[in-house]
Amino acid sequence: MRDVFSWFNDQILRMEWLSDLVGTMLAAIGIDPLGRWGGSLHFFAYDVIKILILLGSMIFVLSYVQSYFPPERSRAILGGRRGLGALTLAALLGTVTPFCSCSSIPLFIGFVAAGLPLGVTFAFLISSPLVDLASVILLAGIIGWPAALAYVVLGVVLAVAGGALIGAIHMESEVEPFVYAAPVHNGDPGASLTRRMRLAYARAQLVDIVGRVWPYVLIGVAVGALIHNWIPQALIDGVLGQDKWWAVPLAVVAGVPVYADIFGTLPVAEALVGKGVGTGTVLAFMMAVTALSLPSLILLRRVVRMRLLTLFVAIVTVGIILTGYVFNALIPLLMA
Amino acid sequence: MQIKILGSGCRKCQTLAGNAKAALAQAGQTGEVSKVTDFAQIAAYGVMSTPALVIDEKVVASGKVLSADEIAALMNG
Repeated sequence: MRDVFSWFNDQILRMEWLSDLVGTMLAAIGIDPLGRWGGSLHFFAYDVIKILILLGSMIFVLSYVQSYFPPERSRAILGGRRGLGALTLAALLGTVTPFCSCSSIPLFIGFVAAGLPLGVTFAFLISSPLVDLASVILLAGIIGWPAALAYVVLGVVLAVAGGALIGAIHMESEVEPFVYAAPVHNGDPGASLTRRMRLAYARAQLVDIVGRVWPYVLIGVAVGALIHNWIPQALIDGVLGQDKWWAVPLAVVAGVPVYADIFGTLPVAEALVGKGVGTGTVLAFMMAVTALSLPSLILLRRVVRMRLLTLFVAIVTVGIILTGYVFNALIPLLMA
Repeated sequence: MQIKILGSGCRKCQTLAGNAKAALAQAGQTGEVSKVTDFAQIAAYGVMSTPALVIDEKVVASGKVLSADEIAALMNG
């Protein structure tokens, strides 16, 4: 069983056969895949092909699953619930609801207008970009399954805790008034789809998402290749080393202004892990890029006032930093 | 016929607007395609995913990019 598992990890997720194939092909045209330039080229070609193949198949399968959970249905499931159960459910639904950052504001309005508590709405909003199922599977190929599963758990915990805090502080007056005035339509567009329609939806998502994120993947892989072959190990150790207390906050601060899709951050994460940077530090960077991106914060500002926005950013930042430290402490135990 | 595209101006909205224009011609209808990008106005239609398509003030689709054929069918339907 363990053999099957590690074979799956090495050959399907890490695609070691592809790494070998690219290496052989580079060698055949006279480029040494172990040299500095050859190595960069090898990392770039292998990683771009690998991520696009994995990304494509994953998005297709997960979009099919997600066609059962349109935002309207999540809202109906959450309606009338209160307390920790509602927060947890919201955080879990956030991981499976199809979500594009350009859709987050109508979704926020739709939740709040229907009378869902603010805390529940934020639990959903925090977990949705943070815990993306496709990226978790890819992540497992980089940091292993135990760590990837721990990432999901901590992401959900962070969303629940953040939602609970925002709910407890009662910031209802910090939401722009027009949000409460929005009408609510109670249709459930996910219920009546045929299998053919779900497949068509999955294919459309595949085309749309890959068409949108491929430049980020290329940039991400290029940065990864740079880290992999050009940045001196001593510099990485000195700035982001495991023994440096500032590594995690620094990773978060560096991640906020970066606007990238989570798929674009994966190759960077892979290269950093390869350089021996702590898993928690790398995850903190990824979380900051996806959950705290400046463009989505600017959009959010149009529906909530500055105080609530600041609170949201503060909670998520602290949560991510804590997650980073916890992971850096935890990973050596998981691996042992 | 009044066609409105609701959305914050992402690429899907552009595609949907293009399809709607093509659909007008295809369905033999005359009308105007306009974009609604203000969140307060989008919220007033009660949609939770963008882009959404509004024909004569009625929301006919949300969260997906319909093809010109599909939109033309809705126009004549």
